[in-house]
Amino acid sequence: MRPLTLGRLLLRCGILAVILFLVVVIALKLGAVQVSLYGLGRDLVRVLLGQSSAISTDYGMIVVDIRLPRILLAIVVGASLSVAGASFQALLRNPLADPYVLGISSGAAVGAILALMLENQLSLSPEFAGLSTPLGAFLGAAITIGAVYLLGRREGQIDSTTLLLGGVITASFLSAIITFLMSTLAGGNLRGAPFWLMGSLSTLPPRTLLYIVGIGFLVAAGAIYTTASDLNLLLAGEREAMHLGVDVPRVRIVVYLAASILTGLAVSVSGSIGYVGLLVPHAMRLLFGSDHRVLLPTSALGGAIVLVIADTLARTVVAPSEISVGAVTALVGAPFFIYLLRRRLS
Amino acid sequence: MSTPLRTPMPSVDQLRSKSEVRLNVEQASYVYAPNPSQAPLFTLEALSFQAKPGEIVAILGPNASGKSTLLSLISGALEPLSGRVFLNGDATHSLPPKIRAQRIALVQQESRLLFPSRAWEFVLQGRHAYRRRLHFESDADIAIAKNALAQVGASHLADRWMDKISGGEKQRVILARALAQQPLLLLLDEPTLHLDIGAQVDLLDSLRHLAAVNRYTVVVVTHELNLVGQYADQVVLLQKGKCLRVGSPASVYQRELLEQVFQAPLTVEMTSAGRPRVTLLPKT
Repeated sequence: MRPLTLGRLLLRCGILAVILFLVVVIALKLGAVQVSLYGLGRDLVRVLLGQSSAISTDYGMIVVDIRLPRILLAIVVGASLSVAGASFQALLRNPLADPYVLGISSGAAVGAILALMLENQLSLSPEFAGLSTPLGAFLGAAITIGAVYLLGRREGQIDSTTLLLGGVITASFLSAIITFLMSTLAGGNLRGAPFWLMGSLSTLPPRTLLYIVGIGFLVAAGAIYTTASDLNLLLAGEREAMHLGVDVPRVRIVVYLAASILTGLAVSVSGSIGYVGLLVPHAMRLLFGSDHRVLLPTSALGGAIVLVIADTLARTVVAPSEISVGAVTALVGAPFFIYLLRRRLS
Repeated sequence: MSTPLRTPMPSVDQLRSKSEVRLNVEQASYVYAPNPSQAPLFTLEALSFQAKPGEIVAILGPNASGKSTLLSLISGALEPLSGRVFLNGDATHSLPPKIRAQRIALVQQESRLLFPSRAWEFVLQGRHAYRRRLHFESDADIAIAKNALAQVGASHLADRWMDKISGGEKQRVILARALAQQPLLLLLDEPTLHLDIGAQVDLLDSLRHLAAVNRYTVVVVTHELNLVGQYADQVVLLQKGKCLRVGSPASVYQRELLEQVFQAPLTVEMTSAGRPRVTLLPKT
């Protein structure tokens, strides 16, 4: 018997945090313009000390103003998608659940696009303009989960095959809507269909939106973390969890809303990046076990690591051009999904 | 000087009999209906019985007789349509989830696991209801989990994976998790269904022993006539949602009654211990 203690939890998170740091340093170095480790370190210290003005070199500008924000965005989006994936897997009791596979990301994208269109119509004041996209994406995600959940029910029970099929069909249907909206209603600040369908971190969203995504992640992931032990029991089934003292309806609503927020925020700044929410929690389970008190924070860190690596590949492999980061994650994630599916069926 | 008025004290016997009833099912009934305007799919007619600490009550009946519905009413998962189920005076349905889990433990037919866990992790789940939010397992929790495994003779299984042990071993670990909840009321839903005969007898022997030692009130749903006859203190005999008899196995086990309920010719004889034994006969 080796029950979880705070020390062991922190050790695991610490190891991943060190790996994340190393990955970030490498990602800052790599790119069309090479920078030395010394120059990188000097410029980063200056940023931390608030002396950004002292960075005069063009190299420094590229690293601090272009690569660093993009990497920070990758960290938050990767963490959000992974925690959302782990939550959906527990909530729907399906190890193959993932915001992208179940069409929840597409739902969030539709919500975000509609919000942007509405925003153009209403010509809101700039303070509110930043809020409408994440709000629309959250609503889109929440409504889609509800729909997929209802599709996946058979005789009052969640049937995992029906759920997956329902999700895949929903995703395909919503992708068609995205394509339709994009081709008929393209307007000023709407980004193209490839962004919403495949995801990309290449354009940095406005600063207010970045803050919303960062704070939203902390609040939503924190809310999910308070239910971590409940989620462990929920995996055994709702009835069993109830008899072990879990307030099932409360946990369900908290996780449902918080995971919708995480998905909505991630999609509103990066489009539908797939399979991160599937790959990362599974890898973390293999490494650290399936206790959600460990799984949730390690998934957040692991998701950050994976998306920083994927995005670095996306912008360097075919440089000076770029491929969509969602294509990179799908290239790895889709075969992995098939592998998990086959293993479950056997 | 006048002596103060004193209310008459209840006699010792009255107090004892009152405090000894732990589970009180009072005219509880339930109806399953797709919606209120349609005819019900299934009705459990009002029934009553009581159980004391240390007693084993068997809910006996063929399939679709309402056994599981009655168990859900007792566990508080369902709210009775009429009547009440009291555990030490509290209605089980209205207990908050954590309090309910501290008083009532349920052992289900099978515990499906989405991701594998080790036996000790599984048993520690029984301590969830006692843990404060965001707190880790205390030394006391671990000691109780270890003790629970020892009580069912499964200490050697602690570090094994739940999906790598036999059905009988798994059933023991599931029972240990229920013991870790330190309940007043232990409910078992068809616990012997997937066990071979040796494991069935082992399980009921441990139940008998645990009920006596820890003063649990045990309610077990089953259709195993002979196990009930051997081990139960009280039998609640159900057929198609009706409660036909409540009483000791010796009083409930009458040949005509059981033949009619279970739709099979059989004989009933008494063992030297005063326990009924049923032998099924071929229909031809």
